[in-house]
Amino acid sequence: MVIYGVSLLAFCMLVGSICGILLGRLMGINANVGGVGISMILLIFLANTSLFEFKMKPMTQGGITFWSAMYIPIVVAMASNQNVSGAINGGWMAFTAGSLAVLASFSVIPLLTKLAGSDNVD
Amino acid sequence: MLIDVITDVLSKNDLVTAFAFIGLLVFVSYRFSYLLTRGRIHGSAIAITLGLVLAYFGGKYTGGSKGLADIPIFAGIGIMGGAMLRDFAIVSTAFGADLSSLKKAGYVGALSIVIGVILSFTIGGIVAVLFGYSDSISIATIAAGAATYIVGPVTGTALGATTEVMALSVAAGLVKSVLVMVGTPLVAKTVGLNNPTSAMIYGGLMGTTSGVAGGLAATDPKLVPYGAMTATFYTGVGCLMAPSLLFMIVSLIFG
Repeated sequence: MVIYGVSLLAFCMLVGSICGILLGRLMGINANVGGVGISMILLIFLANTSLFEFKMKPMTQGGITFWSAMYIPIVVAMASNQNVSGAINGGWMAFTAGSLAVLASFSVIPLLTKLAGSDNVD
Repeated sequence: MLIDVITDVLSKNDLVTAFAFIGLLVFVSYRFSYLLTRGRIHGSAIAITLGLVLAYFGGKYTGGSKGLADIPIFAGIGIMGGAMLRDFAIVSTAFGADLSSLKKAGYVGALSIVIGVILSFTIGGIVAVLFGYSDSISIATIAAGAATYIVGPVTGTALGATTEVMALSVAAGLVKSVLVMVGTPLVAKTVGLNNPTSAMIYGGLMGTTSGVAGGLAATDPKLVPYGAMTATFYTGVGCLMAPSLLFMIVSLIFG
C-alpha cells in the first residue's frame, strides 16, 4: 500500500532528525547536525537490506517515489519563499561576502574531485 | 463578490492553492525552456529563478521575510516549500541513491565540509575587515554568515554581536544561498559537477541546504541525494567551529 512507503519515509526522517538534534546536543550546540543525512542513510539501508525478508511492493515504493517526483516543485516553492529582498537590502558588504564565498567554493570543487579520484583507485 | 469568494477559497485552502500555482509556474517555465532556449536552459532552473523573482516582489510588497508566502493567498507556498516538506522530499531522493558511490566519496565529502566552512568563513571575514570592521566579534559574526544564514546568527548570539551585524550576517548567507541556486547550473560543466563524487564535494563546500537543493534540481536531480547528504552536516559543523575555534583565531589576530 502507498501509505506504507510514505510512512517508512516519514519514520526515517523523524528518527534521523531526533539523532541529528541529539548529535548537536552532544557537541554542545543547539542545531540539527546532519539529521537529513542520517535519515537518508537509514532509508537507503532499509530499502536495500535483506535482514528481515523485507521486500517492497511497487505500490509501497510509489509512496516514496511520489515524493522524489515532487522534489523539484517543492524546491520551486522553496525558492518562492526565500527572503530575496532581505538579501538585496543587505547592501554591498553582504553581497560581496556572500558572492565571493560562493565563487571560492565553486573553484575548489575540481581540486577536491581530483583528490577523491586519486584516493580511490581500486 | 466573486473576487471575495475566490480569495476566500484560495486562502482557506492554502496548500492546495500552492499545488495549483506551483504546477502552473513549473509548466510555464518548461514551456519557456523549450520554446525560447530549446531546452538549453533547464526548465527547473527557469522555474527556480522565476520563484526567486516572485519572492523578491512578494517581500518588497509585504515587507515580510518569507517572500511570496507573506501574501495571504500564497501562504500555502510557505508550507509546500518550508523546511518540513523540503527535507521530506530530499530524504525521499535517497531511495534511488547508490550506496557504493556514497561510500566511495565519504572521506573526501567529510573533508569538503570542513574546508567549506573554513573557506567561506575566511572570505567573509576578509570582506568584513575590508568594509571597515575591526572588532573580532563583528568580524566573526559576518564571517559566519558567509557560511550560511543559520551559522551567522547562531555565532552572533553566542558572541554577543549587535543586531545590525547579525542582520548583515544573515543577508550575506541569503546572498550565498540565492547565488548557489541560480549559479550552479551555469558553472556545473566548468567545475565538473556531473557525478556523485563531485556532487558530494559540492554539497560539503556550499553547505546551504536550500542553495544546494535548488542548485542541483536545476542541474541534474539525480545528484540531489549526494549533494544533500554532505550539505546537511555543514550547518552543524559551522555552528560548532565558528563561535569557538574560528572565533579564537580571529580574536588572536584582531585582539
